[in-house]
Amino acid sequence: MTPQTISEKILSGHAGRTLYAGDIAICSVDLVVGTDGSGPMAIDYFEQMGGSRLYDPPRVLFSLDHYAPPNTPQTRAFHDRIRRFADRHGATVFAVGDGISHQIVVERGLIGAGELMVGADSHAVTCGALNCFAVGVGSSDLAAAMMTGKIWLRVPHTIRITLTGRRAPDVAPKDVALALVGELGASGADYQTAEFTGDGLLRFSLEDRLVLSNLLVEAGAKAAIFPHDSNTTEYLAARGGDRGSPVQADAGAHYAREIRCDLSTLTPRVARPHQPDDVVPLSEVSGVPIQMVFVGTCTGGRAVDFHEALDAFARGGGRVARGLQLVLTPASREVEERLRADGTLARFISAGAIVTTAGCGACCGTSGVIPGDGMTVLSTANRNFKARMGSATAQIYLASPAVCGLAAATGRIPPALLTESAS
Amino acid sequence: MIFEGRARVLGDDVNTDYIISSRRKRETIDAAVLKHYLLESVAPDFAASVQPGDLIVAGGNFGCGSAMEVAATVIQAAGIRAVIARSFARSFYRNAINNGLLAVPCETSSIQEGDRLRVQSADGVMTVRNLTRGQAMHAAPIPAIMLRILEEGGLVGFLAKYGGFD
Repeated sequence: MTPQTISEKILSGHAGRTLYAGDIAICSVDLVVGTDGSGPMAIDYFEQMGGSRLYDPPRVLFSLDHYAPPNTPQTRAFHDRIRRFADRHGATVFAVGDGISHQIVVERGLIGAGELMVGADSHAVTCGALNCFAVGVGSSDLAAAMMTGKIWLRVPHTIRITLTGRRAPDVAPKDVALALVGELGASGADYQTAEFTGDGLLRFSLEDRLVLSNLLVEAGAKAAIFPHDSNTTEYLAARGGDRGSPVQADAGAHYAREIRCDLSTLTPRVARPHQPDDVVPLSEVSGVPIQMVFVGTCTGGRAVDFHEALDAFARGGGRVARGLQLVLTPASREVEERLRADGTLARFISAGAIVTTAGCGACCGTSGVIPGDGMTVLSTANRNFKARMGSATAQIYLASPAVCGLAAATGRIPPALLTESAS
Repeated sequence: MIFEGRARVLGDDVNTDYIISSRRKRETIDAAVLKHYLLESVAPDFAASVQPGDLIVAGGNFGCGSAMEVAATVIQAAGIRAVIARSFARSFYRNAINNGLLAVPCETSSIQEGDRLRVQSADGVMTVRNLTRGQAMHAAPIPAIMLRILEEGGLVGFLAKYGGFD
């Protein structure tokens, strides 16, 4: 048989026939995930499609993450609509404060290796770090999957990204992800899967991999998949076990493109306003005054991110810079509980930060803090589009948690991480 | 399907937040309301000047970013029947077809603001004629499954009729 990529194997397994890139197939879906952003429209469509029951209620989840907490009557009504629907049909709803949908799926081990997840949130691709095919869709595809348990997919071509070598201590997974998005460009992975491989992978924990899978959608990736290895097993062991069937690419599988990334050559990166692929070395934008720092989201809102941000923040002086607002939003309740238990949030709060409800937060201007007009924001998030956070004149820079933490103390984008001393 | 209209030209990488902001979507998902904010952050006079029958013409990667489906329905609500772009982000492409909005991937660099265009879709072959400049551009054929969805006016109509994909 002709060798297959991971995507070709997973989708073949879900279509019941052997598939290769370019084929179109009807695939069965293992997990269907909606949010308060995509769910209300999907419920409308489900009913208009004549949907009377969910294909398999335990496989249908909603997370109330974009409007967390609901701060208008309308957003509360969206939540009520989802709750009523879920109660009637037996779907699961994760409440306000439980966290971002794909973060919850990963933390609770709700998707297994080799499985197919359809998430009505473009960052559903995050879950590909668990060696599954996780693809983001809109509300109509969500509704169809809820009703039929199926989705039609064109089997994507695959870009193989080989990571070699070792990162320098000041280079975070976010820097690697930004460098890749910068190299690919905003459409460089359109319609394609990014498949990661290489001897550098073992030094990426499962949480590190989530950052890469997450950000590759900013290059247009349909999925971004890691191999299954001891890091996957270790992460899932503490979370109810590793129930999937790992999938690896065949030797000789066809790749549309090969990218080799020598991790030892990378330096910290920043994406400039207003494109996530406008990526430059940190040193190129150092000194830019910052009025708001946001640490959170499905890219940079996990416990390790807050720990790295706090460490750099402390090295920068440990007090929020005068006139700057430091906003922290854990990606999930689990993250928030860990940060409360280990004292991270208390240290940030006593230094002048504010903490908002776990979820998407300020990322897309739907909950949390909206920057003021003309303000410059430094963020651990994934998108810096004009008006993304709610102000059309705010300038948004994207960087690693450590760079954001240091800037929160100094009030400027720092020239580097290691040499910065207390100000 | 044949649509004739005036070209409204946009650039590359028009993301869905630019088409309609997430913050507006927080207030309502009713496209008839949201259409007043179509492209507000990048083309502030677009919503007021758009006329039913206008056609959006864009560069590469149209509809990148969030997969939010109101980005497709708000374009339809403004009376736009087709988007012609050099390329589409996959989530927008699906959402457009799933709502019966024609998404035509073809070369657009020669089309100027205000050109009269005729978009024709027949048996999966889509052609864009620039009546102002006397040019014709051909799009890649649309997959059969998408054509069937489009013929039913979108995925809702398709599933209401067939009940499933098989």
